[in-house]
Amino acid sequence: MNYMLLIIGNQDAQPLPDGGRSLMEQFTAYHQSVVDAGVMVDSNVLDSFETATSVHVTQSAEQIVTDGPFAETREYLGGYYILDLPDLDAAIDWAARCPGARAGRVEIRPVALIPGS
Amino acid sequence: MSDRPLDSIEAVFREERGRLLATLVHQFKDLDLAEDVASDAMEAALKRWPVDGVPTTPLAWLITTARRKAVDRLRRDRAFASRLAILHIEAEQLVPAPPDPETNDIPDERLRLFFTCCHPALSLEAQVALTLRCLGGLSTTEVARAFLVGESTMQQRIVRAKRKIQSARIPFRVPEGQELADRLPAVLHTLYLIFTEGHAASTGAELVRVDLSEEAIRLARILHRLLPGEAEVSGLLALFLLVDARRAARIDTTGELVPLDDQDRALWDTERIAEGCDLVVVALQTPSPGPYSVQAAIAAVHAEADSVETTDWVQLVALYDVLSRISHSPVVQLNRAVAIAMRDNPEAGLALLDSLEASTLRDYHLLPAARGDLLRRIGLKEEAASAYRAALDLVKNDRERSFLLRRLAELRPSQLP
Repeated sequence: MNYMLLIIGNQDAQPLPDGGRSLMEQFTAYHQSVVDAGVMVDSNVLDSFETATSVHVTQSAEQIVTDGPFAETREYLGGYYILDLPDLDAAIDWAARCPGARAGRVEIRPVALIPGS
Repeated sequence: MSDRPLDSIEAVFREERGRLLATLVHQFKDLDLAEDVASDAMEAALKRWPVDGVPTTPLAWLITTARRKAVDRLRRDRAFASRLAILHIEAEQLVPAPPDPETNDIPDERLRLFFTCCHPALSLEAQVALTLRCLGGLSTTEVARAFLVGESTMQQRIVRAKRKIQSARIPFRVPEGQELADRLPAVLHTLYLIFTEGHAASTGAELVRVDLSEEAIRLARILHRLLPGEAEVSGLLALFLLVDARRAARIDTTGELVPLDDQDRALWDTERIAEGCDLVVVALQTPSPGPYSVQAAIAAVHAEADSVETTDWVQLVALYDVLSRISHSPVVQLNRAVAIAMRDNPEAGLALLDSLEASTLRDYHLLPAARGDLLRRIGLKEEAASAYRAALDLVKNDRERSFLLRRLAELRPSQLP
């Protein structure tokens, strides 16, 4: 079963050093462990939330394009992993090991099974 | 077949439903399916048992029947069949394996169900509702009534939780090692919430809802049987027994609350106290006792005293010191302040209560109530009265309100009619 781990950062959060390793080094190590465990389906890091653009099409088909992420919040989506795992406990375990869980938080979303697909 | 009276069928269901459900959940890995065939089996029992008598091993009968019902459904119900297919359950797996009638040796799968129902990915409210519904013998209606919410609200809460268990695939398994240590507190907390709601209902007319505290004790006993080596489980069961032992003395004949000082200790349940004290000894035989074990030890000190005057307050303050190191709840600080007032003098307790004013206890009625009590003891009637009035503004339970009103009235005898 596929789970999406959404890595949520916070603009106010201070980066936490882990044994002197930078956040980037921690993510590289985590990424390698995900690959080594054979559970990787997909993963991407998103560019800064400051580069986000939101699009909404109104009922009258008017296209509204605005600068910035959709929600007015200090939190932002920084990247994601899609992992193939047996159950939620395994997903919680991988989420807890993700450096993003210490820097901010990781939201686990089961990827829905669309009937017939 | 035994010659048990037919009115015991309901008692059998109450006793065996949790194990039946846990066994079926373990097999199907699907709570809804398990619940469906469990009710099928119990429906069949309601028809057969009055005629044939209650079987000598009712659980084995129910499991066998439930599995047969699953096969029946599989044959005639396509939706059911497709769900089983998704779950990779082969029809052969549904064929009942005859349990040994001699030993009645059916593995107890309830521990898995405890950890599923109390999974931290579910809201606390859902954990409580699911635990009572799946492991306790309570119907959705009874769970709703116990928590004073509408039946449809409770129904929704349970359906949503079950949907999350299925969609997010919350497993039916017992965590091991460090994970067990991480997850067990959630299970204990759920039972604790059930007990405290039964012992001191947060809202409503009755102070004690016996059904819920009895249910919490029953569930804690089951958990203790399944995890005999876990000190905090022993501690939790001990705490329940020792607190519940005072039940008959906590309420007088008119239903009014009786404070510890005035309780007739002859009414305390000595059997429960003895059992609780034995468990406390076991629970404390660990290098660092957990919060429930220490609370149970506190309850045991009270249980072993003949009166408030002869209570070992030195020991109690020491236990509250230990408790405040492992539990950062301001309620612990409140109780510690009261214990210090008893050990030393009311002024010492009042000084500590003052320091709690800014904490999260600000809206907790027992803070001004405790202050009122200590002020009353040193004869400051006016100040005590205003503290009781502050408590009255915050209290939600009717019995506790009437207790506070009585205390307030005692301070102003001249103004009584």
